[in-house]
Amino acid sequence: MITRFFSLQWKQFFRSSYWQKSMALNIVMVFFALYFILMFLGLGFGLYPLLKDKFPTQDPLLIVNGYLFYWLLGDLLMRFFFQKLPVMNIKPLLTLPIKRSSILHYVLGKSAISFFNFLPLFTVIPFGVILLINGYGAAVVLTWMFLIITLTLITNFLNFIIESKSAETELSFLPILAFSGILFGLNYFNIISFNDLVGSAVNSITANSLLLIIPIGMLILLYYANFTLLKQKLYIDRSLKAKTEIATTTDMAWTRRFGSVAHFLQLDLKLLWRNKRPRSSVFIVAIGLLYGLIFYPNPVYQNMVSFYVFVGIFVTGIFMINFGQFIPAWDSGYYKLLMSQNIKYKEYLNSKYTLMMMSAILMFVISIPYVYFGWKVLVVHFAAMIYNIGVNTHVLLYGGSFNRKKIDLTQRAAFNYQGTGAVQWIIGFPLMFIPMIFFYIPYKFINFEAGIATLIILGIVGIVFHEKIMKGITKSYINTKYKMINAFDQDS
Amino acid sequence: MIKVANISKKYGQTTVLHLENLEIPKGQSFGLVGNNGAGKTTFFNLLLDLIQPTTGAITNNEIQVDKSEDWKPFTAAFIDESFLIGYLTPEEYFYFIGELRGMNKADVDTFLEPFEELFNGEIIGKRKYLRDLSKGNQKKAGIVAALIGNPEVIILDEPFANLDPTTQIRLKKLLKSLTEENKTTVLISSHDLGHVTEVCERIVVLEKGELIKDIETSEATLKELEGHFSV
Repeated sequence: MITRFFSLQWKQFFRSSYWQKSMALNIVMVFFALYFILMFLGLGFGLYPLLKDKFPTQDPLLIVNGYLFYWLLGDLLMRFFFQKLPVMNIKPLLTLPIKRSSILHYVLGKSAISFFNFLPLFTVIPFGVILLINGYGAAVVLTWMFLIITLTLITNFLNFIIESKSAETELSFLPILAFSGILFGLNYFNIISFNDLVGSAVNSITANSLLLIIPIGMLILLYYANFTLLKQKLYIDRSLKAKTEIATTTDMAWTRRFGSVAHFLQLDLKLLWRNKRPRSSVFIVAIGLLYGLIFYPNPVYQNMVSFYVFVGIFVTGIFMINFGQFIPAWDSGYYKLLMSQNIKYKEYLNSKYTLMMMSAILMFVISIPYVYFGWKVLVVHFAAMIYNIGVNTHVLLYGGSFNRKKIDLTQRAAFNYQGTGAVQWIIGFPLMFIPMIFFYIPYKFINFEAGIATLIILGIVGIVFHEKIMKGITKSYINTKYKMINAFDQDS
Repeated sequence: MIKVANISKKYGQTTVLHLENLEIPKGQSFGLVGNNGAGKTTFFNLLLDLIQPTTGAITNNEIQVDKSEDWKPFTAAFIDESFLIGYLTPEEYFYFIGELRGMNKADVDTFLEPFEELFNGEIIGKRKYLRDLSKGNQKKAGIVAALIGNPEVIILDEPFANLDPTTQIRLKKLLKSLTEENKTTVLISSHDLGHVTEVCERIVVLEKGELIKDIETSEATLKELEGHFSV
């Protein structure tokens, strides 16, 4: 049975059109995986000498155990956002003559061999080997290694329980953020020192390997908790069912002011608000706004005004870049409708332009408090906004005509690479770095004002020639129409 | 109304559609039947300029569809669910289509009134998005949306599939009345020989991309078609 399941899994992975189409993306993912493996390996090899060097009087193993709490908390958070229990795939299996329990054991068992559980091994094994070399007892080290692996699996299964509980609420990530925030806070302010608690628990287990029974017992308990939880839900009207939302309707009368693009604008606003994927790109805006706080208070960047331009473009353009680079893939689900309806391409594209323009202005207004870090920041942000409206919007729209990837609007956003092609990677960089160059050259050779003027003039030129530029962009869309329809028809 | 001249569509070496000559006069109800892979949907896609013909051309009211977009104002279609916008409620979808066809909200509301019976209280005012409706209700919404704005050419791919019996009967009545009253040209495809002979004045049978029968519907047509397909 298990071998059948594995062969299904294998085929699902390698036969998905996703895998076959986007080798480039897979290479990027493999690169990321290798990067993480190297990081963890480095940590594993470097930890012991590093700790010995910094705290020569203390026992490195005890220090590590003292900080295990943070490791576990971080692990849990990472998993919550990036690891999912793939229950949807088992729907076709339900009516086949397979026991429900063996389906569940397979799904749960499979989650135990995920990348997340292997990653810690790259740290734990080298660290353990170094401990052995440095004269720790084999029993202690082996118990410790075994314990860490057990703890990793405990987090693995704990995460699925938390996920299934919090998935019922909108903004499902708030409970876990609050929970881990409170734990962190209690620990940080020494109200309850989880560091010490976890540390001493681990220490006593490594001292007496019989106590391993406790974590193993916990693991088994959690596994069965998951098992029973899932068993109740293994019906197509429970967890396997896609949720239906209650529709809220607004007529958005204010968009009428935008004339012929009004109905597309309404459509875009509804698109943003009613679908998971684009909705999260609205939330990313909030993160983008805070981006400046990394740079402006830092004295290192005090005299690197070019970085202000980078931040300015980013802050006023984050929505634009997030939304714009997937035009027209957002509409891929019903692109055939748009293409056979009485629609002028120009109006369709102009609506997207209007939306991006409004976002840039709005983001600039919200970012005005950055003036606290000096008037130059505000001036740079203003120039960046004009540049974004005049130049970057058009670049994004033009880039969109090369989009060949469908987007499924109902999928979530974080680490969702659906719809991402080579174009997105290529287009992202010039959007932010070219204005830095445009600013830097006049700034270096003349002065600050000249740099700002260059950006503003470029932006205004773009705005003045908007109609002309749009004509060219529209032509590019019309030329690639059939290719786009065909590509958006493919399921990935 | 619609003229097809030597159109063909090839993917690599395989020809999926090849029609020498086909003319559909204004006001005709035209039915397309054929087994899977006969080229029905390909023909509709070509007619809507969603794919490019390998050779030949289709003109819709003297307008060559792949050269100009002027056929769009008087042509409407519902091919599959990808013609629906999943995150809109049915009302919003109707208003959106109405807007594109130059009708305001009030116009669309009056237009929708006679369809209340067809909708059976499951579509309007339900506070549900189109993506959450059942397949049958999605189809109803899509077909009705294709009728908004009194288009002269209406193209429906498999309109009867997924519909309940009551709705099938109502839809047949509706399609018949369209060609009688309005001089609307209706093109439908169907796997149900009974429905298509009931609704259409003319039936064309496709097989592997070729036109093999072109029948004016009469009493004997259903028998003839059943004879043809029962091999």
